[in-house]
Amino acid sequence: MIQDLVVHGVFIGYAVMMLMTVGLILTWVERKQAAILSDRIGANRAYLRIPFTQVKLIWWGLFHGLADGMKMLLKEDWKPDSYDRVAYTLAPWFAFVPVMAVFAVIPFGGELQPGTFFGWFDGPAEWFGERSYAMQVAPLDAGLLVVFALGGIAVIGAMLAGWSSNNKFSLLGAVRAGSQMISYELVIGLTVVGLILIYGTVNLVSIVEQQSGTLFGFIPAWGIFLQPFAAILFLVAAQAENQRIPFDLPEAESELIAGYFTEYSAMKMGLFMFAEFIHIAIIAALFTTLFLGGYNLPYMNDSGFLFPGGFEVALPHVLVVLLQITVFWVKVFLMCGFLILVRWSLPRFRYDQLLRFAWRFLLPLALVNLVVTAIAVWALGGMG
Amino acid sequence: MSAPQRERRVGAGNRPNVVDRRRKYWNEPKLGWWESFYLFEVLRGLSITGGVFLRNMKRWMTGKKGALTAYYPEEIRADYAAHNRGKHVLTQRPDGRPQCVACNLCATVCPARVIEIQAGFDPDDPAHPKYPERFEIDYSRCIFCGFCVEACPEDAIRMVRQVPGLPVPDRHPGMWLGKEELLNWQPARDPAKPYPPKPKGGA
Repeated sequence: MIQDLVVHGVFIGYAVMMLMTVGLILTWVERKQAAILSDRIGANRAYLRIPFTQVKLIWWGLFHGLADGMKMLLKEDWKPDSYDRVAYTLAPWFAFVPVMAVFAVIPFGGELQPGTFFGWFDGPAEWFGERSYAMQVAPLDAGLLVVFALGGIAVIGAMLAGWSSNNKFSLLGAVRAGSQMISYELVIGLTVVGLILIYGTVNLVSIVEQQSGTLFGFIPAWGIFLQPFAAILFLVAAQAENQRIPFDLPEAESELIAGYFTEYSAMKMGLFMFAEFIHIAIIAALFTTLFLGGYNLPYMNDSGFLFPGGFEVALPHVLVVLLQITVFWVKVFLMCGFLILVRWSLPRFRYDQLLRFAWRFLLPLALVNLVVTAIAVWALGGMG
Repeated sequence: MSAPQRERRVGAGNRPNVVDRRRKYWNEPKLGWWESFYLFEVLRGLSITGGVFLRNMKRWMTGKKGALTAYYPEEIRADYAAHNRGKHVLTQRPDGRPQCVACNLCATVCPARVIEIQAGFDPDDPAHPKYPERFEIDYSRCIFCGFCVEACPEDAIRMVRQVPGLPVPDRHPGMWLGKEELLNWQPARDPAKPYPPKPKGGA
């Protein structure tokens, strides 16, 4: 049992560390990508100076994120004159923690057998024995349901922030955030139901494992090939759920200053921003898991590659694990890049357009997709 | 796709027959069937921005500059004219000392009164015993008129195409350039005025 504790402690530490790092790096990616795709240079003045030398590490402005963090930590934690103390303090955490916690059910690698990692040392190898773990912080059978449950809590954060800071702009932003997130959560849920029908499970680990096969012998059985419409709808709705342009109505700067976190300053505001950036990574990770085959390359499974035509390449377990982790994060980063590209390309919707888009366009499409999927699954006798 | 250009009537109430034939500078905000489907138009937009991103990334990767903006003040803007004169330099004698003899003519002629010179005495150089101990220009007030260059009898002060590195945290002394900064002129990199100057007439 101690072994389980150790392994899951490592997983938790790894997940938190990676999410924080990715969130920090995404601030840089967002700045630089926006700059490069609009013919600019981008932030490049913050640097780390190696102590006692004049060597300045600029690294294409990579340290601007650190400078932002320093600034937010050192700013005055200003509070409005009248506000609800408890809700005001809790709101950033309600926005931040659920987003982080979603990652608990996302598998970032396949089976891990810690015993095989200590080839030269008998002690730890024997201690771990034949145990194997799915690389996932919380191996819950209800994986996808947990994702939606936690997504629902994030709405509470926005509502609390807007209501407790006693500001009309905040309240308007919160009301917008509430209706927008609830509408688009419905769409996300319906799009994913199609996948659940196909895979016959909500357990994310087994969803990813089923994607390591092939369709018709050569197409990788990724969700995006099984459910292309669901993939598009999911991306659109997830961008709205994340409240980023073109769906950033809750914090529309030209109308609402900063929306529901107008009255927040210093690190509390930083938590909201950080939650947004981690949310990008989470959406990318969810999309990777559901539609892009998770941690697997095409034709890859937990023991190596199996190419169409029966050609097989067996890899040692350690190599497979490292490859899976790398592939997962590469996919996540590519998806983040795509989401940021969308954010910097499209103009913002109007609010009535936003809700009409959700209820009259996306929701019917998701329902149609669901019906077609259900009929197809019934006709094919259950593909999963 | 777009609706045909309609002729708009101006002041239809009192002048019914006057037709406004001015050119319209905006598009009709009508979505066609294809555009109202959003998805493909969105993908077209994404392909444009993504293409620009990839093009610029390729330029950065191959050592070229993938941006229209300039590093300021490290880089001279490409659209500065060849005869732009944005910064003063003090010319030097072959041994590196300033050619200036601290006569104060430039400081006298300066309409903005930005030049401050403190003369010094150098007994080791009998040909030029008077030299500037301090020579400072306040760029927060300089109007770049070039009178100082014209007033100088010794060709000791010139203006070059660069701009001074002015983005500094404080105006004083950040925007005051002293003798050291003004003397670090690299003549080889200044095609406008070669140094030493070519002798006049056919030599």
